Amino acid sequence: MTTRRDFLKEVGGGLVVVLVASRVPALATLGAEPSLHAGEADDTDRISAWLHIDERGAVTVYTGKVEFGQGIRTSLTQHVAEELRAPVESIRLVMGDTELTPFDMGTFGSRSTPQMGLQLRRVGASARELLIGLAAERWKVERSRLVAENGRIVDTQTKRALGFGELTAGRRLTETITADVAPKPATAWTIAGSSLPKVGARDIVTGKHQYTSDMRLPGMLYGRVLRAPQMGATLANVDTSAASAVKSAVVVHDGTFVGVAAPSSAEAKRALEAIRPTWTPPSEPQPSSTSVHEHLKRSSSRASGRQAGGEGGGGAQPFVHGNVDAALASADHKLARTYTVAYIAHVPLEPRAALAQWTRGAEGDRLTVWTGTQRPFAVRDELVRALGLVPERVRVIVPDTGSGYGGKHTGEVAVEAARLARGAGKPVKLVWSREEEFRWAYFRPAGVIDVGAAVSEDGAITAWTFDNYNSGPAAIRPSYAIANQRVAFHPSDSPLRQGSYRGLAATANNFAREMHVDELARLVSMDPLAFRVKNIEDARLRAVLEAAAEKFGWGKKPERGNGVGIACGFEKGGYIAACAEVAADRASGAVKIVRVVAAFDCGAVVNPAGLRSQISGGIVQGIGGALFEAVDFENGVVRNARLAQYRVPRFLDVPEIAVILINRKDQPSMGAGETPIIAIAPAVGAAIYDATGIRVRSLPMARNGLGASTT
Amino acid sequence: MLIELDVNGRRQRVDVDPDRTLLSVLREELELTGSKYGCGEGECGACTVLLGARAVRSCQTPVAKAAAAPVTTIEGLEREGRLHPLQQAFVDEGAMQCGYCTAGMIMAGVSLLKSTPSPTTDQIVRGMNGNVCRCGAYPQIVAAIERVASEGKKP
Repeated sequence: MTTRRDFLKEVGGGLVVVLVASRVPALATLGAEPSLHAGEADDTDRISAWLHIDERGAVTVYTGKVEFGQGIRTSLTQHVAEELRAPVESIRLVMGDTELTPFDMGTFGSRSTPQMGLQLRRVGASARELLIGLAAERWKVERSRLVAENGRIVDTQTKRALGFGELTAGRRLTETITADVAPKPATAWTIAGSSLPKVGARDIVTGKHQYTSDMRLPGMLYGRVLRAPQMGATLANVDTSAASAVKSAVVVHDGTFVGVAAPSSAEAKRALEAIRPTWTPPSEPQPSSTSVHEHLKRSSSRASGRQAGGEGGGGAQPFVHGNVDAALASADHKLARTYTVAYIAHVPLEPRAALAQWTRGAEGDRLTVWTGTQRPFAVRDELVRALGLVPERVRVIVPDTGSGYGGKHTGEVAVEAARLARGAGKPVKLVWSREEEFRWAYFRPAGVIDVGAAVSEDGAITAWTFDNYNSGPAAIRPSYAIANQRVAFHPSDSPLRQGSYRGLAATANNFAREMHVDELARLVSMDPLAFRVKNIEDARLRAVLEAAAEKFGWGKKPERGNGVGIACGFEKGGYIAACAEVAADRASGAVKIVRVVAAFDCGAVVNPAGLRSQISGGIVQGIGGALFEAVDFENGVVRNARLAQYRVPRFLDVPEIAVILINRKDQPSMGAGETPIIAIAPAVGAAIYDATGIRVRSLPMARNGLGASTT
Repeated sequence: MLIELDVNGRRQRVDVDPDRTLLSVLREELELTGSKYGCGEGECGACTVLLGARAVRSCQTPVAKAAAAPVTTIEGLEREGRLHPLQQAFVDEGAMQCGYCTAGMIMAGVSLLKSTPSPTTDQIVRGMNGNVCRCGAYPQIVAAIERVASEGKKP
């Protein structure tokens, strides 16, 4: 890990501001990641950043966050520019490099904006004040007449000015600050709060940007890894003689790991195909996608005993409030339903990729791995463990990556590339094929959700029970004011490898909750919007609902027998509401989403264009999981492991989307990469019901038309 | 086998198996990594290049077939340091998130605009439907193509 001392040794002259990792108290309770991050809670304290201004005024910011398309490189740059008053062009972010950047737990959970954004504002503000101090000292004037402006400190009385770099010339000044520096309020922002175009966009549109999968080192080989024919199969023995005969290919056989490396990907593929393995299948048959929901529910009692307490907040402990049983017993109306969600795949367009290089130094071997991971420090630790190394000799560098959506938390491809490179004695690049991504990455969990509720004749929800099996505890508690609640998450034995996904289980939980609320509203003959407003206490949630409804024209009858639906949700500090209009044909089962209006409030908006893009992108991605994405599997084999078989949203699937930003400058800026995805599925589900009278309680809702998935 | 290609206006000789994909030759032999591997089955369009004026999937095109016509990749669109209007429009409309699909999107869009200089929104959506943007920047991509089309209409 880079220490502050290492860092200070590396950089040259100029001004260095180091923010010592410290707690961000208001945000320490942000939804913790389930399962993947158990045992790391203490690390939420460690959100460091440092900044260097060189003698020519170039600003370099070091942060462990990574850029995956969510636009954080751009918005963090805006935060620094805002406080430091330096031109955006003079600021460069070094991100996700375990040797250069401070430790960071990872880029997930919508934490970068509330936590790193705030830290960088503090670092920028401190640097600005230090520079003003230097100028005051040099000119022997009061600080109060000096301002920072466009990379210079300006004396407002005499109009003389000195560039940031000139102020430090010849010296090295180091300042360590703590987190109690107060940054500017959002109402005073001029650079933050504006739609700065994506930093690095020009390199992307010209093809110059080097993703991990584009990189090349002298003498580099291309790798391929031998895969089992089904999950759980083990390698009995392997004959690699024919592969070794492929010209210039190297076979690496290391325990149960078998792979090849060759000067071109075509030769690597040929060598891999020449390997003759013998596999031992797993002893017991495994559940298939058609029986998975029964399996998850059946296996949950066993699993919850084993995993209790290890699930980052949800756990097996139910949340109980009031007296649910009494409220149900005396209810005017009751409704109990079961909802299910399928496993889905992230399908990042850049598959997992890593480039590994071993170098020999006086002190021993060193390993450098470039890889697109959301958790560079965790991947470094994986490499350390897998290869028996010490952390000081392993460096992980994350180039701006071709997306992740929560799917790139782990380091399997980095470990594989490192094994191949060690065996081949040359740098090796390994890029997973699309099929490997579908078969061997992890998935968004499938789940079963049982919901029960009671509602009074006048439309107040009086009781609420909610049991989620396997899909996760994120956003599991209702945002409605309900006096009697029992809410629980029950871990299960997942037949597939599962993990993080944009929004985690908030999508599944919000789907079940909001579909149920829609049905409750109709049970008491209330308009679904009015019913929600009656049961919501949070003014910000009500505000997004009302904003979306107004722009959508809620209450007006849609054209041509189309249906309309509305849904809302709160998660990770963001409030989302969506209205959808769908054309759904009862006879054929065809569903087309015609238009969507979404309103979102995540506090003070840092970059409106970037935020709109995150919201509409989340909606588009959410349409896939809502209507047609699902992983088919049978006895440990994914049956739809190609893009031709696994349908993702395309141009023709995209409705007209209108996005309303509710810019709350009086509220802290929260993340926006996840929450906008959680309202689209229930809004569409309600609209399908409105159009057809069919209630679909399973995600995806219309994979083979409506008929196949109705209950 | 020795194959002669015209790539971005430059003659290139490569000594490769003629069955190798144009994509792998561009990326591994000619170090033109702007065209991306996304699926290897012609379903995502990240590898789209122009063969003559036609957009093709370079992951599905044997390199020997690419000798028949000039190849244009994303690296060949800039002219004397000036972006192609569609490249500029992608920047101006924020038509990318992670950017991995962008090269293929731009090449498909350039081809569409060559054959249909003033496309309707419906023509854009249908013409581009073979290209996947997993981040869901489709509305911004449509806007970028429309921007170029409307600029082209100006007198």
